[in-house]
Amino acid sequence: MLQIRGLHAAVNDKEILKGLDLVVKPGEVHAIMGPNGSGKSTTASVLAGNPGYIVTKGDIRFYDKDIVALKPEERAGEGIFMAFQYPVEIPGVSNINFLRTAIGETRAYKGLPPIETREFVRMFREKQHLLQFSKELAERSLNEGFSGGEKKRNEILQLAMLEPRLAILDETDSGLDIDALRIVSNGVNKLRSSANAFVLITHYQRLLEHIEPDFVHVLYKGRIVRSGTKELASELEIKGYDWLNDLPAALTDQN
Amino acid sequence: MDTSNANNTLHSVIESNYQYGFVTDIEMDVLPRGLSVETVIAISEKKNEPEWLLKWRLTAYRHFLRLLETQGMPEWQNFDLPAIDFQAISYYAAPKGKPVLNSLDDVEPELIATFEKLGISLTEQKMLSGVAVDAVFDSVSVATTFRKELNKLGIIFCSFSEAVKEHGDMVKKYLGSVVPATDNIFAALNAAVSSDGSFAYIPKGVHCPMELSTYFRINAGNSGQFERTLVIADEGSYVSYLEGCTAPQRDENQLHAAVVELIALKDAEIKYSTVQNWYPGDKDGKGGIYNFVTKRGICKGDGAKISWTQVETGSAITWKYPSVILKGDGSSAEFYSIAITKNKQVADTGTKMIHLGKNTKSRIISKGISAGEGQNSYRGLVHAGTNAINARNFTQCDSLLIGGTCGAHTFPYIEAKNKSVQIEHEATTTRIGEDQIFYLNQRGINTEKAVALIVNGYAKEVLNNLPMEFAVEAQKLLAISLEGSVG
Ligand SMILES: Nc1ncnc2c1ncn2[C@@H]1O[C@H](COP(=O)(O)OP(=O)(O)O)[C@@H](O)[C@H]1O
Ligand SMILES: [Mg+2]
Repeated sequence: MLQIRGLHAAVNDKEILKGLDLVVKPGEVHAIMGPNGSGKSTTASVLAGNPGYIVTKGDIRFYDKDIVALKPEERAGEGIFMAFQYPVEIPGVSNINFLRTAIGETRAYKGLPPIETREFVRMFREKQHLLQFSKELAERSLNEGFSGGEKKRNEILQLAMLEPRLAILDETDSGLDIDALRIVSNGVNKLRSSANAFVLITHYQRLLEHIEPDFVHVLYKGRIVRSGTKELASELEIKGYDWLNDLPAALTDQN
Repeated sequence: MDTSNANNTLHSVIESNYQYGFVTDIEMDVLPRGLSVETVIAISEKKNEPEWLLKWRLTAYRHFLRLLETQGMPEWQNFDLPAIDFQAISYYAAPKGKPVLNSLDDVEPELIATFEKLGISLTEQKMLSGVAVDAVFDSVSVATTFRKELNKLGIIFCSFSEAVKEHGDMVKKYLGSVVPATDNIFAALNAAVSSDGSFAYIPKGVHCPMELSTYFRINAGNSGQFERTLVIADEGSYVSYLEGCTAPQRDENQLHAAVVELIALKDAEIKYSTVQNWYPGDKDGKGGIYNFVTKRGICKGDGAKISWTQVETGSAITWKYPSVILKGDGSSAEFYSIAITKNKQVADTGTKMIHLGKNTKSRIISKGISAGEGQNSYRGLVHAGTNAINARNFTQCDSLLIGGTCGAHTFPYIEAKNKSVQIEHEATTTRIGEDQIFYLNQRGINTEKAVALIVNGYAKEVLNNLPMEFAVEAQKLLAISLEGSVG
């Protein structure tokens, strides 16, 4: 579904991604790990089409379509979802109204008619239950005054409602207490299917104990320097990331 | 997305999306340009006015001249008032046709078509049910609908000129009683040259069953519009009044200096809503209406209530402060406002709440939205006199900025002459951030819709105060006026 080849991307004229390769197939869960500042959030932003991030080289294909030139809302329409590391607050816009609009717009992109109120309500109840998201929060302004954990949970609620083909979760585990982590992970596991894929960005192994990845990648200085299975995550947990500094420059500084 | 466009800077763009910029080609009776005693007399003669009204006009005109000579144009506002050549304006422009209109059959088809095009149907069957319209085209009222139905309840709803003829005593009693001709230079000018407007009277205890509305259209070039509206709600009555306005797209500026006076007697309630969409000028600030309006109401009797709601999206410059004098004990007043400025538009708007009676209450909710190079000022006065025991005011004054080149300013003034007064003031300024837009984009919502979503959320409290039929329209208008202001 997703093929990233030799991707270079810059923000504010500073090159952050330096030749990233990644292939994701339907039904798979990939974890991207790596130290702070290695480019994990940048990768998510570039995939989602944040206009502040410029692709300077390489390409991104989603179901064989080059998406580099697509607007963020078009990528969302194609089925790419990003759970933000730092979800923003939007005062005055109710969560529910926002969700309804988002569903309406992504459906319109796919040429589907607007969702019926009844169906929307039914679906919302189901997902709200799945993520144990309080009704009171659902009716409040989007993320306004939410705690860190509530915001993260709201991201996953949106994911559940929008049913994307590819979901990128940027540090969704940070800021979640153990109960919330369990709820969120459980939600994600229920949403997994042979038709969708997940990219979990995290720098702790904790999340991966709850959501089992098929592949684990280590991102360092804008490139994937190691890939493996979930055992790699355990290894990183023990070794930390310091060993990355000893990698030959050739591996990390290729431009 | 164009990836070479590094920053998704929210910047103001090019087009103004003004939909009402067309001109109607119709034969007009126009006074030559220029302002003099003769102009004032000519207007009065055209209207066959009684002596007292002509005298009132002439006094106003002398006052206008005196103000112009001694004080010049006002300077307290938060923008540079462009020089206005009062001699370059024609003060009367009316479509030729039958002077007295008893039925819609007498109205020129071009006029009916013009209003249709503006979304205002003058054919009663086709109208939004429950809304009576007085249509003012340039200097005169061309049609008033649903008069018979309203008459049955004793409600008078007609053009101002007609009111002078048919209900002269009432007009004489109340005209200038809330906004005297001496109030300010534009009020003086209006009193001297106003040519028409709307008049409404709701008798004792009557709840007006439909919205009354005036639709103002400026059509002629090089002319101004100086209308006068007078609404009187007798004891225990209720009326909801709505005003809308548009004008053609022209390179020259046109002056609109209206006066609205509201009188609410004991326990009466007047709700007055405005959706102002005069031509705002182009992206470089060329053309557009100068909207210098004096609106004021008086809660004359105990327990009276006046509520102003305004959605200001048009005009090159808007300068208006719909105000209320709370004279009756226990009377209350509200001011709900949304003012949008984009491109080079300027809005200096707000209200004055003058508390005179005991236990009077007022509430001010002002929402300014600035985009492009728009400048938005809130200016408000809350005054409580010595007898205004336990007067209370709550003011909420919010500014929303879209992009980095616009401005928002607030000028709250408070005068409390007794110690029992309670005044609360809250103010916030927020900017729509690129991160908020991207967040909504990521969920499939494009930038225009994202801005509309945020703006409507922000303006909800005011929009909710508009009569239902118009709330939807106003919401659309907000979205349209901001179209292209982000990119
Ligand atoms: N807007 C920005 N302007 C300049 N540098 C940035 C910006 N965003 C991220 N960076 C830099 O890019 C690098 C990668 O950041 P990020 O992708 O957020 O890392 P991670 O998510 O892996 O912690 C860091 O060095 C960071 O400082
Ligand atoms: Mg990060």
